[in-house]
Amino acid sequence: MKLQSLLSAILASLFLFYISSCGNEGVKKDEKPVDISELTKDQPETHGTQIKEGDINISNPLDQSMVAAGKATYELKCQSCHRLTEEKLVGPGWKGVTHRREPVWIMNMITNVDMMLEKDPEAQKLLELCLVRMPNQNITTEDARKVLEFMRSNDGEK
Amino acid sequence: MKYRNLNNWKILLAIIVVVLANQGCKPKGTQSAVSGDAASKTYVAPGKYDEFYNFVSGGFSGQLSVYGLPSGRLLRVIPVFSVDPEKGYGFSEETKPMLNTSHGFVPWDDAHHPELSQTNGEVDGRWAFINGNNTPRIARIDLKTFRTAEIIEIPNSAGNHSSAFVTPGTEYVVAGTRFSVPMDNTNGDVPISTYKQNFKGTVSFIKVDSTEGHMKLSFQILTPGINFDLSHAGKGPSYGWFFFSCYNTEQANTLLEVNASQRDKDFIMAVNWKKAEEYLAQAKGKKQVVRYAHNLYNEKSHSAVSNIETETIILDAKELPGLVYFIPCPKSPHGCDVDPTGEYIVGSGKLAALMPVFSFEKIQKAIANKTFDGDYDGIPVIKYEAALHGEVQKPGLGPLHTEFDNDGNAYTSMFVSSEIVKWNVKSLQVLDRVPTYYSIGHLCVPGGDSRKPFGKYVIAYNKITKDRYLPTGPELTQSAQLYDISGDKMKLLLDFPTIGEPHYAQACPASLIQKNSVKFYKIEENQNPYVSKGDNETKVVRNGKKVDVYMTAIRSHFTPDNIEGIKLGDEVYFHVTNMEQDWDIPHGFAIKGANNAELLIMPGETQTLKWIPEKIGMYPMYCTDFCSALHQEMQGYIRVSPAGSNVPITFSTGNTASPSAAENGN
Repeated sequence: MKLQSLLSAILASLFLFYISSCGNEGVKKDEKPVDISELTKDQPETHGTQIKEGDINISNPLDQSMVAAGKATYELKCQSCHRLTEEKLVGPGWKGVTHRREPVWIMNMITNVDMMLEKDPEAQKLLELCLVRMPNQNITTEDARKVLEFMRSNDGEK
Repeated sequence: MKYRNLNNWKILLAIIVVVLANQGCKPKGTQSAVSGDAASKTYVAPGKYDEFYNFVSGGFSGQLSVYGLPSGRLLRVIPVFSVDPEKGYGFSEETKPMLNTSHGFVPWDDAHHPELSQTNGEVDGRWAFINGNNTPRIARIDLKTFRTAEIIEIPNSAGNHSSAFVTPGTEYVVAGTRFSVPMDNTNGDVPISTYKQNFKGTVSFIKVDSTEGHMKLSFQILTPGINFDLSHAGKGPSYGWFFFSCYNTEQANTLLEVNASQRDKDFIMAVNWKKAEEYLAQAKGKKQVVRYAHNLYNEKSHSAVSNIETETIILDAKELPGLVYFIPCPKSPHGCDVDPTGEYIVGSGKLAALMPVFSFEKIQKAIANKTFDGDYDGIPVIKYEAALHGEVQKPGLGPLHTEFDNDGNAYTSMFVSSEIVKWNVKSLQVLDRVPTYYSIGHLCVPGGDSRKPFGKYVIAYNKITKDRYLPTGPELTQSAQLYDISGDKMKLLLDFPTIGEPHYAQACPASLIQKNSVKFYKIEENQNPYVSKGDNETKVVRNGKKVDVYMTAIRSHFTPDNIEGIKLGDEVYFHVTNMEQDWDIPHGFAIKGANNAELLIMPGETQTLKWIPEKIGMYPMYCTDFCSALHQEMQGYIRVSPAGSNVPITFSTGNTASPSAAENGN
């Protein structure tokens, strides 16, 4: 009797082992850890082409038609956050901006804000100050140049 | 003793060997039946995209859900026939007209069959159509914006079930009435028992404009008073024809469960829509005065307009030879599916033990030779054998719907026996069968009802979930199941939950759609009459009891955000323009106590919230969609004064001046 029970027990456990090994077959463990840098490297950032210093022509007197067009863009896409005075609203006021910043910095800030916030220490300082990422307002390089002309006019240039 | 022990041991061993041999690794529980590499086949790594879009009917939610395949991840629920407070759909003034009908504003429907638009019989990724079953309608969803762009109501219809299927060039999207009813221009106040005299059926052809997608009811074919279930367009050789499954040829008006299952055969109805166009051109149609709504959303004005149309053209199938034929089909046919070649039409009798496959060539021969079996209410009935390519014998129990791959195979859902059966269309041989959990209804192969199926997967949409997921009380999640069909054997890969009750679904490669996706609306192009293009245009205008608030939203403030001078009894309209021009930056807008939903305003868009304040006091408003680090600060106040108050209309943002003593309200 004793032998019989023992044998039964062994066989029963063998049987269970067999069944459970089947049960595990359904899920294959993925042994390779997920490589995060591999996953994120081709996620595109959307911004314009970087503007270089030589790309911008600055001349006097101001082109008044550009000033007017720049003002229209300002009212549509910038005014919600930027005053024309020195007052900071969401972003800094524009009074004196053309004295504080180079034209190329201003142009890139308007058209390539993601790149600037990633690379430019001055832009990063502003983000720390304002705490709101300046939105990409999808302004073309051409329109940004007109906004710059309007800024110059706002700063009293003739 | 020893001998007996040995004997017992042998018996035990024998039993175990037998058990093991029989048992093997056969699926036992509901969790099994999954092959070893299933997880890796459905794993879409973080940041990676799915290969297919899957558009799944939201059933009695009235909406259309969008999943990624093979992951089964829910990407979006597109509000179509039901209001959606989350998106302000049916709540904003701009979207309310979308749900207008000849019965007034209907906030809900039952959406069954999405169909992607086709060019040359191939899925083109431009639009999705879907039917509203309860208050008969068809909606068109623009796949550039994943929004409902248009809804048309169907007159002379009750229960738009056999819809919204398209012809191969999306020339038409069709609708067939599930219930026969007295026509709209007759007196419907008749005894129900006069069904046979007074009740009629219709199938409707809605013309789709090839560039804009705009829908227009072209003609309706008047049929005997039977019920239409499903339909599919002919293609290739059968181009120009449309096939509808019919039930209740008994014309019963009560206990259809029994009374509509009496006849051995119901019908597949074949409609020659090219012939219908000829009759239409010959002015053989009869104009009828009806009422139905046609609602169109304009992407530039960001508003819908609802028009009530008053005319339809009826082509009477009885009077116009060559327009309509009946083909007998066993036992209450449900699915009516045309294979990719366009030669074979599969009818699935829910109660039949076999599935007939009809041949278009033979149907044409039978019509030419008049191989008819008499007529049904004046419509010729083609002899069953004369139209038949062959029968799939004992495919399973309760065949419902069939989709196709690109290798000549068909996949049919079996409701009663809960399985998908794969068979060869030409040879009619059953090749494989796989269980579903449980009671599958529709099924979908990407491109599986088009001329060019993409294959790879079949997805089962089940009616019963039971023990597949964690229990959630009496109502359990609806579910879909993904199967790999790339090999000879179908393999279950994944279960995923769905919304409402999934009926039909369609899928197509993501590449057809993703490149066209709109990221934001250009603010320069915004033609909403209440747009504020910049803060200079924001204002509050009183006109009698109506107050219009022109408002902008940008990270992270509203202009204006302090409004006074609203009085009890006013009707206030907040026209909020989202000034952002960046992808994925919607702003929300909500007011305390408003008997309304929120607005959810996409970048560059204007949406309007109507608010009738009920009590005097101070009302906070805020942005509901997290937009920046200072989102929490995106808030403001609206002051509501008594009806006779002389508080003037004022509005501001960023005004920090203190009021004078006279203004402080004390």
